[in-house]
Amino acid sequence: MSELRFENVTVRYGTGRRALRAVDGVSLTVPPGQVVGLVGESGSGKSTLARAAVGLAPLASGRVLLGGQDVVHRARGGGHRPLQMVFQDPYASLDPRMRVGDSVAEAIPRTGPSDGAGRRAEVARLFDLVGLDAGHALSRPAELSGGQRQRVALARALAGRPSVVVADEITSALDVSVQGTVLNLVRDLQRRMHLGMLFISHNLAVVRYVSDVVAVMYLGRIVECGPAHDVLADPQHPYTRELLAAAPQRDGSAWADTGQGEGAVTEVDPPDPHHVPAGCRFHPRCPVGPLVRPDRAECLTLDPTPGSAGRVHGAACHFAADRLPPPGTAR
Amino acid sequence: MAVEHRTRTAGEKEPRTREDGSRSGTRDGGPAGGGQWFGVLRSPLGCCAAGLLLAVLLLAAFGPLLWSGRAAAVDTGRLLQGPSGHHWMGTDNLGRDVFFRVLVATRLSVALALLATVLGVATGLVLGVAPALLGRRAGRAVTAVVNIAVAFPGLLLALFFAVVFGVGTQGAVLAIGFATAPGFARLTQTLVASVSERDFVCAARVAGVGRLRVLTRHVLPNIAEPLIVNATIGAGSALLAFSGLSFLGLGVQAPSYDWGRLLGEGLTGIYTHPAAALAPGAAVVIAGLAFNLTGEAVAKAVGIPTAHGIRLPPPVGKAAAGKAPVEPEAAAGPGTEPVLSVEGLRVSFPGPHGPVTPVRGLGLSVGRGESVGVVGESGSGKSLTALAVSGLVEHPGTVDADRLEFLGTSLRDGEKKTAATRQLLGTSLAMVFQDPMTSFNPTMRIGRQLSEVAEQHLGMNRRGAWARAVERLREVRIPAAERRAAQYPHEFSGGMRQRAMIALGLMGRPALIIADEPTTALDVTVQRQVLRLLERVRTADGVALLLISHDINVVAQTCERVLVMYAGRVVEELPSDRLLTAARHPYTRALIATVPHMESDLDRPLPVIPGRPVTPGQVPSGCAFAPRCPAARDRCHTDDPRLRVSEPGHRIACWYPHTGATVRPDEQLSDPTTEAGGRP
Ligand SMILES: Nc1ncnc2c1ncn2[C@@H]1O[C@H](COP(=O)(O)OP(=O)(O)OP(=O)(O)O)[C@@H](O)[C@H]1O
Ligand code: SF4
Ligand code: SF4
Ligand SMILES: [Mg+2]
Repeated sequence: MSELRFENVTVRYGTGRRALRAVDGVSLTVPPGQVVGLVGESGSGKSTLARAAVGLAPLASGRVLLGGQDVVHRARGGGHRPLQMVFQDPYASLDPRMRVGDSVAEAIPRTGPSDGAGRRAEVARLFDLVGLDAGHALSRPAELSGGQRQRVALARALAGRPSVVVADEITSALDVSVQGTVLNLVRDLQRRMHLGMLFISHNLAVVRYVSDVVAVMYLGRIVECGPAHDVLADPQHPYTRELLAAAPQRDGSAWADTGQGEGAVTEVDPPDPHHVPAGCRFHPRCPVGPLVRPDRAECLTLDPTPGSAGRVHGAACHFAADRLPPPGTAR
Repeated sequence: MAVEHRTRTAGEKEPRTREDGSRSGTRDGGPAGGGQWFGVLRSPLGCCAAGLLLAVLLLAAFGPLLWSGRAAAVDTGRLLQGPSGHHWMGTDNLGRDVFFRVLVATRLSVALALLATVLGVATGLVLGVAPALLGRRAGRAVTAVVNIAVAFPGLLLALFFAVVFGVGTQGAVLAIGFATAPGFARLTQTLVASVSERDFVCAARVAGVGRLRVLTRHVLPNIAEPLIVNATIGAGSALLAFSGLSFLGLGVQAPSYDWGRLLGEGLTGIYTHPAAALAPGAAVVIAGLAFNLTGEAVAKAVGIPTAHGIRLPPPVGKAAAGKAPVEPEAAAGPGTEPVLSVEGLRVSFPGPHGPVTPVRGLGLSVGRGESVGVVGESGSGKSLTALAVSGLVEHPGTVDADRLEFLGTSLRDGEKKTAATRQLLGTSLAMVFQDPMTSFNPTMRIGRQLSEVAEQHLGMNRRGAWARAVERLREVRIPAAERRAAQYPHEFSGGMRQRAMIALGLMGRPALIIADEPTTALDVTVQRQVLRLLERVRTADGVALLLISHDINVVAQTCERVLVMYAGRVVEELPSDRLLTAARHPYTRALIATVPHMESDLDRPLPVIPGRPVTPGQVPSGCAFAPRCPAARDRCHTDDPRLRVSEPGHRIACWYPHTGATVRPDEQLSDPTTEAGGRP
């Protein structure tokens, strides 16, 4: 079992004036056998981080380590692929012209069974694992439902015998009635196989359901990260609080209004990643920031990220609570 | 396969945003396959072109066998004569029959053109896929070379190569082949690049599939269609180019002859007997057209279905609804005069086993300024209902309704749809679609797209319309509206585009906004903004809202009334503030229970709805939900429950509605472990 660790990862797109840092100096650890839920709005860099992990987006700087080894070098060779990814849209992530069994079979590493019968048996085992009838192996994606397709995608990811799986919005393209079954399956597989997982979703309720750790991303940076229960029960960063307030509540009420000042700032559009705001990146939208409370002028100039390690949940906010020093240690 | 996406205000052009071929292919039929190629034969132009091409190819194959003797026969008595009974197209300077010579020359002309095309396509293919196979740096070098080569005019390139390779047939084939290669290389590169970014290619790469295999198994099969089509078109051009070279004396040399050479020979005597030049000229044009048109027709059939006009076809008989009984639902009539009133709405499509009816007798009504939500799984017919109401169901779909009234105007009689009706739809009905990126024309400024509506429907002048567009953008809280109006859609973020889409709907004077999954592509914070905006527009301007969503939370929090759809019908209708507490239909309750929320029990599996949604072609008899319903009894499998009022404002289509109160979050619909997906 190995952990997936992002060390100061930066991913840049474009060059010159059009350049933007989709991911900007992110450090994040997916402990072995645990699920890290990554939330954040669209464009915040969640998918870029996922793609960087599996080598689909080039790193401008930093490293991605799996079990202490650079994933870029590990990916070579035909051995097992310890890091796998499941994509958002199972309609798009399976080749429409290929039988789904073949799609899974081609992901079986060369060190695995090499004869036809062995590979077929392996495909059957994988299908069984994700709760699909082995007879479906001969189907083409068009003949399967969305949920079945996502199961195939999961089977393909498991074919490489991974220790960590990156799951990028894997239920958001699915129907509500199917979403539940896929979430149950993911949770079940993760626990049984002791998989590490980076689970990306914009739906907090879904993330809450599967994750041990929750990380919140805003404009290319992780602004808060901690044990799922703690982060959701006691969010430190104003953006996390915004997300929680926007999450669907079950009491039948309309969205809880987070109080005065809202509307004025939250309706501001997500900032342009080409022109990152100075100081705290969240300040143009922050309901407790300098635009609402003039006394918090430091947010305009001072980046809260460098000091985040000392705050609860590593929050990138000057006004988040400080982390209490562990008893018996001096700081 | 680039699909042109555009959407206008309802009542104008076709709005159905189709995703790429793979997606549209995956819904109902198989992947784009052979069937579509034969679609060519369905259009008259395609039929003619294919017939012509077949004739040309047959002639090329058999012409020389049949007529080479007559084409070579020298008639010394008749040199350089005009058309006559003996020689239809006259004779050449040795007295040979021009007509037969043209027929016989078909083989050489076509064969050389094809040879050159094959050479060009093969070279282009190699250059085109090279960047995908080579490393990044080498790939870039190849791309640069191709880009330079493409910049030269093809003819210039051909002449240049002709000189390089020397005069003669072989040289000309090489010249034309290499001259067409850069174009193909560019095309291939573009296609490869676009397919390479598709998820399934990324997925294969992540799964550890090698570059070469990705290329041959995933990329090439998925770009084969456009390549073949373009090669066909290219063959037509090669034919023309080859004739040109031969005509100039750079191509085929005596004693062989192709059309170009015949043309050249004929031209010397053009004033005395034009037929000798006209005949090969016509042959070149006809054969070239045969290739070109066939290619174009195939491109059309395989690629983009062209926009059909808005069509509400005449009602189909009840028989067309298939085996499922179709009973209209009575619309709930609110007190005020409704903006939209629909009864017995049916939408059918022809299917391989008779017509399927995804919307089976649906009734709904929206009052002035009211907000009504529609929820249901995919395939329940939500979007089709919206399209049918706005008259945007594409051919070959048919829409039929007992009543379909918008602002008191019946939209039922499609044939007689007047300009006035279209105008009414254009100004009073606004549609907002799921993906605002595909709903805007990417090449037009946002402001221009908005102001166009005001110009067309409100007769405003250009400047006034622009001012109104800016004002509307400001109203939907686009910051710096003047500057933003001058930007293009890709410069907007997703949430901003969606707001611009709403602004677009507000350019007329809408009485109803139909929003089909307007926030599905957005994240929670932006979703909240967009829903609030819709709410504000509704209360400020008294615009009614029909909000379609698969997300029951969104609907419950935005709308006053909720319609739950299953298998093309409304199964429950109730005020949204009672949705979570008083829903009685088993399907509604299941939908509510299955969605994870912030208080879901983390220690147990999520409740799931067993089974699969109904496919429109196979609606079970009796209650459509019966196979998945935990409360089903015998009667449910035989008798179809009608939608009936259970109490004021609450209608249910169920024989055994739930009688308890609140839907408990942990209400067990089924034991998830026995469901197909779960395992012990
Ligand atoms: N052009 C078409 N030709 C044939 N069948 C169609 C067409 N458009 C839709 N259908 C079928 O009609 C049914 C209902 O489609 P519709 O798009 O209304 O569903 P929906 O409830 O909006 O689903 P989703 O949430 O996925 O958008 C589906 O089974 C679909 O396959
Ligand atoms: S640092 Fe200031 S602006 Fe940034 S989140 Fe904290 S309070 Fe808001
Ligand atoms: S009619 Fe019967 S099968 Fe249909 S929803 Fe009601 S109880 Fe279930
Ligand atoms: Mg839909």
